[in-house]
Amino acid sequence: MPANRFNNFTNYGIGIGLRAPHYHHILTRKPVVDWFEIISENYMIDGGRPLRILDQILDQYKVVQHGVSMYFGSAEKLNREHLRRLKALVKRTKTPWLSDHLCWGSVDGRYTHDLLPMPYTFEAARVTAQKIREVQDFVEVPVVVENVSSYAEFHVSEMTEWEFLNEVVERADCGILLDVNNIYVSSQNHSFNPFDYVNSVPAERVAQIHIAGHSKYRKYILDTHDHPVIDPVWKIYARAIERVGHTATLLEWDDSIPSFDEVHDEALKANKFLASAVLKKAG
Amino acid sequence: MKLAAIQRRMARAVMTPLTRDERMRPNAPGGGSMRAEAAKFIKPNDRLTSFERLEIYNRQYWFRVLSGFAEDFPGLRAVLGERKFDAVSKAYLIDCPSESFTLRNLGARLEGWLRKHTAMLGDRAALAVDMARLEWADIDAFDGLAEPGLKQADLAKADPSKLRLKVQPYIHLLDLRYPVDDLLIEVRKDMDELNVASNAFSERQKKKRVRQVAALKPAEIFLCVHRVDEEVYFRRLEREEYAILAAIAAGKTLAKALDTAWTGTKISPADQRAHVQQWFQTWSSLGWFCHIDKNSKK
Repeated sequence: MPANRFNNFTNYGIGIGLRAPHYHHILTRKPVVDWFEIISENYMIDGGRPLRILDQILDQYKVVQHGVSMYFGSAEKLNREHLRRLKALVKRTKTPWLSDHLCWGSVDGRYTHDLLPMPYTFEAARVTAQKIREVQDFVEVPVVVENVSSYAEFHVSEMTEWEFLNEVVERADCGILLDVNNIYVSSQNHSFNPFDYVNSVPAERVAQIHIAGHSKYRKYILDTHDHPVIDPVWKIYARAIERVGHTATLLEWDDSIPSFDEVHDEALKANKFLASAVLKKAG
Repeated sequence: MKLAAIQRRMARAVMTPLTRDERMRPNAPGGGSMRAEAAKFIKPNDRLTSFERLEIYNRQYWFRVLSGFAEDFPGLRAVLGERKFDAVSKAYLIDCPSESFTLRNLGARLEGWLRKHTAMLGDRAALAVDMARLEWADIDAFDGLAEPGLKQADLAKADPSKLRLKVQPYIHLLDLRYPVDDLLIEVRKDMDELNVASNAFSERQKKKRVRQVAALKPAEIFLCVHRVDEEVYFRRLEREEYAILAAIAAGKTLAKALDTAWTGTKISPADQRAHVQQWFQTWSSLGWFCHIDKNSKK
């Protein structure tokens, strides 16, 4: 599903997250990169250097917005100020689609700034889908939701995580940003087969894929985005590509950020799998 | 259990302060045991109890907000020292958790909070408040709104008795009791050096900073925190300059703003006009004004 209505019929290749330590390299060396993903909240500001740099990047590269605090799954109403600023940024970047996480993180107007896990209930799916629709209507670009890494599960859950994801995207009629590292992390923390997850995702709704590294502790794994992608995650990615086809792929690296070239080289490893998808389609 | 109830319950636990050794507290916020509370809504697995799973989120929350706060206020940290800064950060974030979708606004209520909790700050309370004000102004000036600047020719056409100028929204005007601008610049230089230095060098720098803070004597200063080419700068102002700018920012007409400047001034009446002309030239060249009220032109 390279181009579909959830990624606005685009066919992006391999991108990396736009991060401040790489600004200088990008603006002076102008490396060839298919696209950059920006954290929306970093640019939902009124002025100053971040916006000036973003404008320079926009002059030369394709940019897609990725949010971290819309909290579709929070029981409280959407933050109107957040929406207003998000829409202004959408107009600036002309992002073909907009992603944020299938999670919650605020209660009574107080923000945890974390991606907290959802209880997988029908009530939660209904509330979440409704909010995704509201955001989509307001920003007027396709909204896609990303599965998060989680470290806890709730007694009240009525379904698996992938059943919940499917329930939400069907109700909201939105796309999916499939994070294969998050699938791996959660599969280790909750003892499920990650391929059951990938095989259950509606392939026609996948607009984008995330890859990343993580940190392994004695009893659990944390999604830290501070390492290269490990082989088991590439295997999940390979299966995802096998199912959904050549799809816009992005490497996230947010902590202990190495040089631009190192990050980009790591992302480009995805080419091997994307090429096989092209061959398969041709054959 | 309904979605809102689960989220309220979990958020309360997640935002509960950690113990001294950075673990989740054994007691739940509303009384009772946190283990029992966690077990009510979080499933255990074969490796972690409900308490331990909830604790991952509790620790992540505090590590995230405390590191964000420390990154924003290195000057306050230098003024208070590690231990007091740590206590102040935690107490502030308990009283004033984030109410914004962005961590950028974490310190928005700090100045007011510090003024109400001077007992925590010891004998450096005034210095700490000044530093917090400067650091918040710096954050706000960095990415605040810039409107199209006003040209000097626009000013020439205006009637001072009616003219109401507008100061750029990103500008902060500060009246301070300590020269914290110099101290903050030094602290940042230290931080840059520390990034490439050894541990021994780091210890020497820490001691140097403690000496700098201890030696800082009160000295009233007036400051404009502003931007040039998207970089934030601290510009010292004359008392009279500050008075005019503050009056303009408060919405006074130019004529009234000028009147406020000369109370108690040492600048002789003969020199005042030349000073005002020089100041306006500087302010205009820095693009500090952005608007003339429609009704204020001749």
